[in-house]
Amino acid sequence: MGWWYQLKMQAQSGFVVMVSLVQPLIFASIAMADQQAGNRTLPLLYYALGAGIMGIWSTVVFGCGGALSWQRHQGMLEPLVMAPAPLVLVLLGITLGTATVGLYSMGATLLWGWLIFGAHIHLVDPVAFVLAAVVMIVALGLLGLVMGSSFVLYRNANALSNALEYPVWLVCGLVVPLSLLPGWTHYLAYILAPTWGIEAMRAAALGGNPWLSVLWCAVASLVYLGLGVVLVSNVERLSRAHATLTFQ
Amino acid sequence: MSAAAPARGEPAIEVADLRRTYRTTTGTVRRRRLEIEAVRGVSLRVAPGELFGLLGPNGAGKTTTIRVLCTLLLPTSGTVRVLGLDVVASPREVRRRIGYVFGGDRGLYDRLSALDNLRYFADLYALDPRRQRQRIDEVLELVGLQGRGKERVEGFSRGMRQRLHLARGLLHDPPVLFFDEPTIGVDPVGAREVRQVVSELARAGKTILLTTHYMFEADSLCDRIAVISKGQIVAEGTPQQLKARVTARSVVEIEAYGIPEATVQRIRDLPDVEAVTTEIRDQAQQLTVQAREGSQLTGRLLQILEGVRVERIVAREPTLEDAYVALVTAP
Repeated sequence: MGWWYQLKMQAQSGFVVMVSLVQPLIFASIAMADQQAGNRTLPLLYYALGAGIMGIWSTVVFGCGGALSWQRHQGMLEPLVMAPAPLVLVLLGITLGTATVGLYSMGATLLWGWLIFGAHIHLVDPVAFVLAAVVMIVALGLLGLVMGSSFVLYRNANALSNALEYPVWLVCGLVVPLSLLPGWTHYLAYILAPTWGIEAMRAAALGGNPWLSVLWCAVASLVYLGLGVVLVSNVERLSRAHATLTFQ
Repeated sequence: MSAAAPARGEPAIEVADLRRTYRTTTGTVRRRRLEIEAVRGVSLRVAPGELFGLLGPNGAGKTTTIRVLCTLLLPTSGTVRVLGLDVVASPREVRRRIGYVFGGDRGLYDRLSALDNLRYFADLYALDPRRQRQRIDEVLELVGLQGRGKERVEGFSRGMRQRLHLARGLLHDPPVLFFDEPTIGVDPVGAREVRQVVSELARAGKTILLTTHYMFEADSLCDRIAVISKGQIVAEGTPQQLKARVTARSVVEIEAYGIPEATVQRIRDLPDVEAVTTEIRDQAQQLTVQAREGSQLTGRLLQILEGVRVERIVAREPTLEDAYVALVTAP
C-alpha cells in the first residue's frame, strides 16, 4: 500500500540515490580491479552482482531506518498510524518502495562493470534472473519491515543501520564466497534473504540452478512477513502507550 | 462516508476522567525517571454537530487530549469514546470516522505533489478508486487549492500547506473532525480562510473539536468552550457564559518602559487585584491588570509605578481573553 508514492519519494532523495548508486560503484570497482589484478577465476559479472546486492542491502538498511525516522521528523508517522489501513501494510509500502529503489544499484553496477571493466554481461537465464531479483526485492522489503517495526518504536533505532550494513554483506557472501567464512556464520547466512538472493541471481546469470535459492528466498519472505505482522501490531500498541510517534 | 451515528441523546465525543502520564528520564550519568502528568482528569461531552473549543496555553494538555481522541495515544486511565466507540478497544473503527487536522509545516510529503499526497491517503482510507478523483477535486476546491494539485508541496506557502492538511482530513468525509491549532503560524488572510472552512463544516453538521490558544478564534467559531489549564478543565460554557465570569471585574491596561519585576509583584499583591499579565510589545511592556469591579485602581497603580515611564494607561471592559487569562493564571 502506497508503494508507488514511497518509491517516487525515495527515488527523489539525494541521500538514497547516493547510497544505492554511488557506493556500490565504488565497491564494484574495487572488487573488479582486484579480480583483474589477481587473475582470479570467477568472472567479473560475479563481482558486479555482489556489489549490486550490496547496494540494495544498504538502501534497505539505511532507507528503511532513514525513511521511518524521516517520516517521524516530517510529522508523517501520526497521519499514517491514524489511517484505518493496517499499519503493517502502510509500513510494507514504505519498506518495499525503499527496497525497489535499490534496483538502481543492480543496474548501475552491471553498467559500470560493462563500461569500465569490460565485464561480459550475458545472462544465462534472463527470466530466472528477473524473477530472482523480484523475489529478493520483496524479501528485502519484508526484512526491512521487521527492522522498521523497531524504528517506529524507538526514535534512535535507525542508528542500528550502521551496525547492520557490513556484517550482512560479509555473512551473506556478497563480498567473498560463503565457503571462505567460518562454519558458524553459515547459520546466520541461511536466515538472511540476501544469501539466497545472490545465490539465485548468480546461478541465473552465470549458469546453475537458481530455483531452490528462489524458493528459499520466498520462504524467508513468508517468515519475515509473519514476524513483521506480529511485531508491527505490538509496536503500534506500544508506540501509543509510550508516545513515540512524534519527533519531540 | 456511511459512519455510525451516536444513539439519540448520546454525545459524539465523550471523555470521562481522562488521565495521561508521560514517563521520561533526565540526567546524563545518573539517570532519573520522571513522570509528567499532562492530563489530569479531563471530562467533556460534545454533542453531534457541535463545534467545541478546547482553549488553553502551551503545555496545558490540549494536544495530548486530542491525540488520545484520535487514537494516537493510549490514555493512562479514563474512558474516551467517539461516536460511542471506545478509542482503546476499537481504534480502527474510530479512525474510519474521524479526521485530524493539525497546524504547522510538517505532516505532508514535500517531494510529492498535492494530488499525490491526497491519492496516497485516499488509498489508506480505502476510498473507492472510481470516486477518488472526484472526491479529491471536491476537497481541493473546498479548501481553495483547485488548479494547484499537480504542484509539489515543497513549493507551497504555509497557508497552502494548512489548506492541504484540511483537504486530507476531509477526504473520507468523516462525521467527526479534530483540529489542533489549525491556524498556528498562518498569515491573517490564510487563517481567516481556514476559519471559514471550519465554519462551513460546522454548518454542514460535522462534529468538531478545535484546540486553539487564540481567544477570538474560539469566540467567533465555537458553540461551547472548555478552558484547560495544567491538565484540568477549569471552566466550560458558551463564549458568553465565560465572558460573564469576568463582567464583575474592571481591567486596566498599562503601556510602560522598564517595569521592574518587584513593581509587578507589588501590583499583584494589591488587595483587589485578581490577575496580572505582562507582555512585551516592541520596546514597551504591556501590563494587564484585572481587579474587582469598582476598584479605584488607576490612582494606586500610578503611585506604584512612580519613576517608571508610563506611555498609556486605560481602563476598559473585560473581554473573553480576560476571562481566559483569569482562568489560566488562577493559582
